[in-house]
Formats: sequence, structure tokens, C-alpha cells
Amino acid sequence: MEDRKERAFQDKIDAELKIEPKDWMPEKYRRHLIRQISQHAHSEIIGMQPEGNWITRAPSLRAKMVLIAKVQDEAGHGLYLYSATETLGITRNELITQLQTGKAKYSNIFNYPTLTWADVGAIGWLVDGAAIVNQQSLRRTSYGPYSRAMIRICKEESFHHRQGYEIMSKMALGTTEQQEMAQDALDRWWWPSLMMFGPHDSDSAHTSNAMQWKIKRETNDDLRQVFVDRAVKQAELIGLTIPDSELKWNPKNKNYDFGKIDWNEFWEVVNGNGFCNKERINNHVKAHEEGKWVRDAAIAYTEKNKNGARA
Amino acid sequence: MRNDNLPVWEVFVQPKTGAHFQHCGSVHATDKEMALQNARELYTRRQEGSCIWVVKAEDIVSSNPNDSESFFDPADDKVYRYPTFFKVSKKVKGL
Repeated sequence: MEDRKERAFQDKIDAELKIEPKDWMPEKYRRHLIRQISQHAHSEIIGMQPEGNWITRAPSLRAKMVLIAKVQDEAGHGLYLYSATETLGITRNELITQLQTGKAKYSNIFNYPTLTWADVGAIGWLVDGAAIVNQQSLRRTSYGPYSRAMIRICKEESFHHRQGYEIMSKMALGTTEQQEMAQDALDRWWWPSLMMFGPHDSDSAHTSNAMQWKIKRETNDDLRQVFVDRAVKQAELIGLTIPDSELKWNPKNKNYDFGKIDWNEFWEVVNGNGFCNKERINNHVKAHEEGKWVRDAAIAYTEKNKNGARA
Repeated sequence: MRNDNLPVWEVFVQPKTGAHFQHCGSVHATDKEMALQNARELYTRRQEGSCIWVVKAEDIVSSNPNDSESFFDPADDKVYRYPTFFKVSKKVKGL
């Protein structure tokens, strides 16, 4: 019986039909999705912090308005994704608890600090740029609510990408000091951005099932290559240098070969030893606890009205 | 209402006047007013809608996709519901 259901499920996926919340699905598919979508949601939410750090110090009113809108979008993206995750039968409360206790992860990149204004540019250009490559691919994911959330997010994300590139261009073409800041930001964010795509396909624990079930549509390494090829030309145009001495055009493959990624650094940060891991989670817990009275008051207000206190 | 697990509301947005309302996701809120405001902030930050409906998720009744064959079966054998079922001479106009 289970076997037959599982075959019908796989047939549906092979026929490029979407799986919807009430459809039968293997338990492992459900668990994989909860892990992946919630990790994605948590990344959007935690990702508000490094940029939020610069809202009060944005160099102009225009830059400040744009940054506030962008950070608000990130909150929105997190909520679209929580909404999609909840269709799989897990509550928001459970998801938040998993994040705060470290049971669920979020993207490693947000454990790096934003030291200068150029970092806000680097995040938009590189971090959102990398996220877009991944998310464009995920628009075709097999789970309906996840796919729809990705379509929505991709529409909004290109504003973020351009916003970041604009900051980087302005600084890269500015004073010597600004140029140095832009280059320094690129130097610090380049390698962590490449790590965002996850381990090499040969070392990735989750790739095979995810590909068979079409949760993922392209492999980590393929997506990483797309990102590198795009970014190299964008950096050239504004006169910045990608910090990789092995980076060079490969005429045979028609793409850029690049140097070795330091996976020790990646795992160190994943395992909690990045610059900002503790700070990010502590801030989240603090905001959640400080918002408790608001939630309590809203619930009390509704209860009171239900009991007929208001005509 | 258990603390921290606020009720889930499904959100439907009408992209422009005259169009069908479309489901676009959910929000959490304690009451109707908050549900509408949250839906506006979340799903129409770029003028994506001319009107929003919110409805408590627990109040929505759905058919079961696993039974969709038998559920939609009554429509299976009624081809006469389509205009192509009827043979009409080409000479007849306006039909």
C-alpha cells in the first residue's frame, strides 16, 4: 500500500505536477521540506539583523528609506516561507523554538558582521545575488506552496540586488577611501557568498533525495557556477577585484574556474563559531520576549470582546 | 487561544477591480482587524491588490485531493454541457 502510494507520488513529480498540502507525501519528503523551507525562512528573518544594523547610519535619507523597505521585504519573505512551512503541519511556535534552540539552522552568511556601509552594498549585490540564483531555481520546486512563495520572492528580490550593486558602484567610483571600503567589503563577503550554495555535490548529505523529489532542481555546484559567472563581470564593470588568484576564464567550459573554498571555515561557522552566531540568536530571543506583552494584550482584547464586553 | 500560537488566517487578494480573488498565503492574527492589516503589510506592499479577504483557516472546508476522482466523477459523463456536443450546420450563423 505504502509502496503503491509512493510510486504514484513519484510519478506525479516526474510528470512535473506540484504536490499540494493535502496530497499524500512520504514522511521523508515532508521532513525534508520542513527542514529546508524553515531554514530558508529563518535566514530571511535573521538576515534582517546585519542590514538593520545600518539603518540609523545610512548616509542619506534616500539610502535610509530604501534600506528600511528592503529590511521590511526580508521580514515579508520570512513570513511567506513560514506560511508555506506551516502547510506541512508544523506550527509557527515550533519553528521559532527550533530556531532559538539551535535545532534549526539559518544561512551561515548572516553570522558575519557588517563593519562599514560598503557591507550593506556587498550584501545586496553578493548575498542577495547568490540567493536569487538559488531562488530562481526553486521556483520550479515540486511543493506548490514553496514554489509560489519563491515566485513571489524572486519578483521582489531584484530590487535588493540592484540596490546593493548601486551602493557598491557609487563607492567603487568614489574617493580613494570609499574605493578601499568597497574592495574590503568584497574581499570579506566573496568567499562566504560562494559558501551559501552549500557543500560540493560530492559531499552534500541532502542532494540525492532532494533531486529525485525535485525539491531541488539544480545542484549546489551548478548554481554556484552561475553566480560566479555573473558576479565576475559585474565586479569588472565597477573596477573591483575578486579576491581569488585562481579565478580565470575557461574557454572550453565557457565559464570561470575559481579557487578552493575553505570548508573548514564554513563548518566552523555552521557549528556556532562565527563572529555573530550568539548575537544573532540572542537578539531574536530578546525581541521575541519583549514582544510578548503585545501578543498577550492582543489576545486579552479579543477574549474580552468575545465575552460581550464591547457592544 | 494558546499564547504564541495566534490563529492562522488565509489571505485572498483581488489583483484589480473586476478580477477573481486569489489565495496568496496566510497570516497570524488575534482578530479580523489585525488579520486584514497584517495581510495588507505582507501581501500588498507593491500595490498588488484592490481588495483583500481574510478568513480563519479553521473555517475553510476543503475537498480531499486523494478522493478527487470520485468527488468530481459526476461531471465525467456530461459532454452535452459543452457547445461542441451539438452538431450545427455551417450555414447557421450567430449560434
